[in-house]
Amino acid sequence: MDALLDGGFADPVLQSQTAFRAVLDALANPGTLQTLAMPQAAPNGMGAELVSILLTLCDHDTSLWLDPALRADGALVEFLAFHTAAPLTDSAAAATFAAASSANHLPPLDQFNLGTQEYPDRSTTIVLAVPALGGGPALVLRGPGIKDQIAVSPQGLPADFLAQWVANRELFPRGIDLLLVADGQVLGLPRSTRIAEGQ
Amino acid sequence: MTTVAQYNFAYLDEQTKRMIRRAILKAVAVPGYQVPFSSREMPMPYGWGTGGVQVTASIIGPSDVLKVIDQGADDTTNAVSIRAFFAKVAQVETTTRTAEATIIQTRHRIPEKPLGKGQILVYQVPIPEPLRYLEPRETETRKMHALEEYGLMHVKLYEDIARHGRIATTFAYPVKVEGRYVMDPSPTPKFDNPKMHMSAALQLFGAGREHRIYAVPPHTEVASLDFEDHPFTIQHFPEPCALCGAREVYLDEVILDDHGGHMFVCSDTDHCEDRRGAGHVGPLGVAQEAAE
Repeated sequence: MDALLDGGFADPVLQSQTAFRAVLDALANPGTLQTLAMPQAAPNGMGAELVSILLTLCDHDTSLWLDPALRADGALVEFLAFHTAAPLTDSAAAATFAAASSANHLPPLDQFNLGTQEYPDRSTTIVLAVPALGGGPALVLRGPGIKDQIAVSPQGLPADFLAQWVANRELFPRGIDLLLVADGQVLGLPRSTRIAEGQ
Repeated sequence: MTTVAQYNFAYLDEQTKRMIRRAILKAVAVPGYQVPFSSREMPMPYGWGTGGVQVTASIIGPSDVLKVIDQGADDTTNAVSIRAFFAKVAQVETTTRTAEATIIQTRHRIPEKPLGKGQILVYQVPIPEPLRYLEPRETETRKMHALEEYGLMHVKLYEDIARHGRIATTFAYPVKVEGRYVMDPSPTPKFDNPKMHMSAALQLFGAGREHRIYAVPPHTEVASLDFEDHPFTIQHFPEPCALCGAREVYLDEVILDDHGGHMFVCSDTDHCEDRRGAGHVGPLGVAQEAAE
């Protein structure tokens, strides 16, 4: 199979609907794990979960920032150009969407587009692939979409993630929204969520 | 042989759905903030719920069960035609039963039965900007939201009290979402405002003519604006529903003859049918078995 031509969703209409509802449920219920629709084949360099979300939400209207490792992968860049037509940007501050294959390649969150006080919706949505959505250090989430509180333990977040997130939360209504993906699932952290260290 | 042109699943083209989906995600991330979107022409006039229809078309999938209500009723023109529209273009199952629906599109009511986890309530919104009648300029209202400058809204409610002795606003009663954005709950009666607070369902609002989408995620604080000495109150009805005897529900007045005869019945038709099915009978109702 030709990964470039055949690698997208087998059924683009219904699978992108499934993936969208997963992302919607993930952002509306932060801390819950939602199952994405998977593309038939994904280019080697990028996880199928990242591909699923980019296929679902990106098109010629959305500038896309790729981390340096993804950006250096010619086959992947071709794949995304063919399937989404999203213009790539080198400036994190100009990105509508940002995809990162690892927290090591992710710049500080405040380097991305944070939106403006008048138009907070213009901020970047970051999609970060992590090794796993469980088994890491415990975090406790509170905020809209969460009844009381919920505990999560994703692995592979940036070392100073909590401090970065507190700064991001303080900007509300400005700020980035974060989607963590692994193992066919997505976990949403909208800017409205407050995160604290768990027990 | 004639072949009927096939629409894309759920009518909208995929690029439009992606654009609306991105707006919905940002709306969920910033509860109460109105996200601009590029509203499309729909095969129905503005005022018939084009915003709600576009939101529903962008979220709906083949496994969804759709309920549509217009002022609480499943059987009015607007509700029937939108339900038929989605049955045709998305081949989804439709229902009138609140508990069975995964998506409920509504014009100006919230069902009496509390909504559950996983349900999505889609509102049709005519004027999304709560400050619009106070300040016609979009540049100004946008700045007022940005600066959280809502004094004008309180002045409006205060003028109500000065004139009428109470807050006379009874529908589209402004709310504050999560302590930040003042939001128009669409022209629902203020009776329904408390149902928005900490609801287990996701609430999405679509304004087609005005090109805005906004949202209230589940378990989110929605406070109706008021004053310490004039707290927010909802309407109370002196009589129960004439058909099912329900109290503490929103009632519609129905004229019975031209001699002033009238009765009050549940605005939520599904709720009323449910209660009558369970054997409740109001003062003008007929017990179900006797009626058959």
